[in-house]
Amino acid sequence: MLHVMGIPILNLVCYVPLAGFFIILLLDRKSVTAIKWTANLVALLDFILSIPLILSFNNPSYTDPLTNFRYIIKVPWITSLGAQYYFGIDGISLLLIMLTTLLGFIAVLSSWTAIEHRVKEYYALLLLLQTGMLGTFMALDFFLFYVFWEIMLVPMYFLIGVWGSERRLYSAIKFFLYTLAGSVLMLLGILALYFDYGRQTGVYTFNVIELQRIGFPFGLQYWVFLAFFVGFAIKVPMFPFHTWLPDAHTDAPTAGSVILAGVLLKMGTYGFVRFGLPLLPDASRYFIGIGGKSFPWMMWLCIIGIIYGALVALMQKDWKRLVAYSSVSHLGFCMLGIFAATPVAVQGGVLQMINHGLSTGALFLLVGNVYERRHTRLISEYGGLSHIMPLYATIFLIMTLSSIGMPGLNGFIGEFMILQGTFSDPTLRIWSGVAVVGIVLGAAYMLWLFQRTMFGEVTNPKNELLDDLNFREAFCYVPLIILSFWIGLYPQTFLRYLDDPVNRVVSKVRGSDYFKLSIPVADATTSPTVAPGTVVADRPAPHR
Amino acid sequence: MSLEISYWAVIPEIVLSLAGIVIMLLAPIVEPESRGRLGYLAFIGTVLAGAATAPLWNKSMVAFNGMITVDNYGTFLRLIFILIAALSILLSVHFNRREEINHGEYFALILFATAGMSLMAAGTDLIIIFLGLEILSIATYVLAGFKRSDVKSNESSLKYFLLGSFSTAFLLYGIAFAYGATGSTNLQNIRQALGAATQGTRLLGPQTNTLLLLSLALLIAGFGFKVATVPFHIWTPDVYEGAPTPVTTFMAVGPKAAGFAAFLRLLLTAMPAYHWYWAGILWILAALTMTLGNVVALVQPNLKRMLAYSSIAHAGYILIGMAAGRELNASPILFYILAYTLMSVGAFAVVLTVSGKGDLRVNLDDYAGLGFQQPVLSFALSLCLLSLAGIPLTAGFMGKFYLFTTAVQAGYVGLVIIAALNSVVSVFYYVRPVIYMFMRESTSPAPEISVPVPVIITLIITTIGTLWLGIFPAGFIQLAKESLLALK
Repeated sequence: MLHVMGIPILNLVCYVPLAGFFIILLLDRKSVTAIKWTANLVALLDFILSIPLILSFNNPSYTDPLTNFRYIIKVPWITSLGAQYYFGIDGISLLLIMLTTLLGFIAVLSSWTAIEHRVKEYYALLLLLQTGMLGTFMALDFFLFYVFWEIMLVPMYFLIGVWGSERRLYSAIKFFLYTLAGSVLMLLGILALYFDYGRQTGVYTFNVIELQRIGFPFGLQYWVFLAFFVGFAIKVPMFPFHTWLPDAHTDAPTAGSVILAGVLLKMGTYGFVRFGLPLLPDASRYFIGIGGKSFPWMMWLCIIGIIYGALVALMQKDWKRLVAYSSVSHLGFCMLGIFAATPVAVQGGVLQMINHGLSTGALFLLVGNVYERRHTRLISEYGGLSHIMPLYATIFLIMTLSSIGMPGLNGFIGEFMILQGTFSDPTLRIWSGVAVVGIVLGAAYMLWLFQRTMFGEVTNPKNELLDDLNFREAFCYVPLIILSFWIGLYPQTFLRYLDDPVNRVVSKVRGSDYFKLSIPVADATTSPTVAPGTVVADRPAPHR
Repeated sequence: MSLEISYWAVIPEIVLSLAGIVIMLLAPIVEPESRGRLGYLAFIGTVLAGAATAPLWNKSMVAFNGMITVDNYGTFLRLIFILIAALSILLSVHFNRREEINHGEYFALILFATAGMSLMAAGTDLIIIFLGLEILSIATYVLAGFKRSDVKSNESSLKYFLLGSFSTAFLLYGIAFAYGATGSTNLQNIRQALGAATQGTRLLGPQTNTLLLLSLALLIAGFGFKVATVPFHIWTPDVYEGAPTPVTTFMAVGPKAAGFAAFLRLLLTAMPAYHWYWAGILWILAALTMTLGNVVALVQPNLKRMLAYSSIAHAGYILIGMAAGRELNASPILFYILAYTLMSVGAFAVVLTVSGKGDLRVNLDDYAGLGFQQPVLSFALSLCLLSLAGIPLTAGFMGKFYLFTTAVQAGYVGLVIIAALNSVVSVFYYVRPVIYMFMRESTSPAPEISVPVPVIITLIITTIGTLWLGIFPAGFIQLAKESLLALK
């Protein structure tokens, strides 16, 4: 186990923000600058501390050979219930944790001038939220996961409700109740697995790895899948559970929207990858329609989400709401990839989670910049901003292109892998074709937004005196832009972390035969079966 | 038959009563203005009682010819009751000073009521349980009406008294029937009589069987009144609203917990053979109680009333544990009672402090904007409310989780689903005061709220307790289990 200053690394990364939370609570309310500096430094420290996670990721001494999870911390917690304090990460959680610490820092940094009242509580809650999110991605015990999953709701609820815009009360309570209702159902699902595992083995545990070892009867899987589906799908959000999202995103303060879109939504998709598919493979195949023997419910919902989200985004008058609906569409893509359950598609789905965090996080930041200057989000209020704020327009262009999947930027890789991976399963091929429509629509609403706000003459005199981004604001985008290009140009840096965990998920869903049947390829670059443009690691190609 | 007398078995009652008597004797001597200070004496009394009770842990003895039993079950609950009394007394010290209630008897009555509760937890004879209940009830009837100049307080007292007497009659009737059916009021003897009846040879004829079923129904009604289950809950909101707030605090947790304590011992020790019968009734009562409590709490603008209905809902959750209760299955109830005590007292403590002189500011509107004016109070209230709602890392979540998992294990899946839906509904009204405190601006200028030391001590105990039970519940779960072993 990797220790830093005698503390296991995962504990350190997870609880440094919590320590910052307490430090800020102790600071005087009036020393605003000290509070801001503390929050920024703590968030930055947390990001720096998370870097060793990547650097020593492949160090075998930190790896549990049995489960292939790293940096494991396992402490008995509530022994009589079989709940453990069990932390550990694999490649999927690694990327999400890095995304969280990065976006967490950016969210804190971006709030410097945006938040003027109740500064102390604001930063304290932002840091508390950070701990909750990190814990969720690290937990390998279902009970612990549930605790973090729920506890996160509270700071987010306050962030929307106290620092949000006009309809913040409505949005906050809607967000809270929606997610809570979903998670209670999820809890019932967890309990069902817990008891069935106990019935089969005589041991009661919430350990996710242990729960994966045995098979659950299909009848149980069926209901638990539905329970998990509601819990996770509300968080993602998938159609028809998406209605809380536009409200919450629109009314949250900028940093809240960034965290909400960048990280919180990923918990739903993460839940499907980590728990839904591996624990309930039979029900997953049934609901996804793999093999063509059952109605593809999940595919339909993904496609509806992709296309419906895009169509609604086209019609939005509110800039932030448009970006919010674009999330519905993009997350539909992530879910499509994950549900397709082929190695390439799932990798694409996970990568797209990161991509969406980067690009949509940036888009919300961009809306926040102009909102801070003009206090309106109506698209019609803007126009011709590229003349006044050239730097802003440039960054906006890059992020728009990243969002619509321009080759060379991150979005393209994710979407391409999802579509290619989905296409490679003959029974799901059709869905890949339909999903392409979503990409076209995505380009339409984003480029139209760009045209309406950035191009043309400056028609509104209020816009003429706007300042371009200052150093702090622009600095927020630097890591996002670098990462967008990095993933777009050389995604292998990131994809290699996903190989093993994704293959494990896929072999759970499709059976380990899936890999034996496929043609073993020694060197991926010479493989004739691999479509050009896909990034393939050293693994068997997924074709049958 | 010689009378076995063991003063150790009733040491908590002795200490509590002595403290009460000392206070009553001192009250006329002390100047009226400083009679409020007697509260500190009463507090010391509870601390002494706690210190005297703690050594009883892991001791077991039967005293007074089987009328009193010292076991871990009773000791655990007695300690909880003493904690409830101590916290209520702390709150009363502040409240009585503010409301100028200068009567020493007030504290004596709380101590006597606690002695009654304690007797209920330790009694293993229906007569002793009844005696404890009466001591408790009569003291609380008086306490509810302690604000003599306040019409609502009078209403509260009278209502509680009339309905309470009525329900006591039910209980007594039930005891009489039980005696008629089995020939004893001792729980162990009843168990033996019934146990023999179910094992093949029917010692109980059809007529006595009917008697026993009738007795159970009457007992359920009698205890149902004390713990405020639907449909015996009608008195609760008015009584809670009218009584002085510290008394409401006391009533919302104390008598309720004592009622459950005696009820559970009665069912598990004396009548396990009739589980098939009472479990069905409790199933229905649990579903009705939690649903009605939660749904009606949704529309309460008055926080005291809201907490009253919420206490009904929580009684419903505890009933799930009772219905599922067979041997260790009932241990979540003890954990839940402790958790509920902490979070409920914490919430009432804040309501009491915010309400101000005359106990006027108890509506949701009065909480608007409080969050940033009184961060400590608001944080404590938010934490307690979130705990009542069952958000993780709080005692309320662990309590519910433990209760629900055990019920699922016992096969009560339907009831647990109803309960889970109920807790989602409940979030709405628990979160609403939080919205008012932190997300709305106050419309009227905020009056000065003083937070005196006794309230701060109460809040520290309850918030830390709530968090502790939520984060490190293992030790207390173990205690609850050990306590329940005694009932086998």
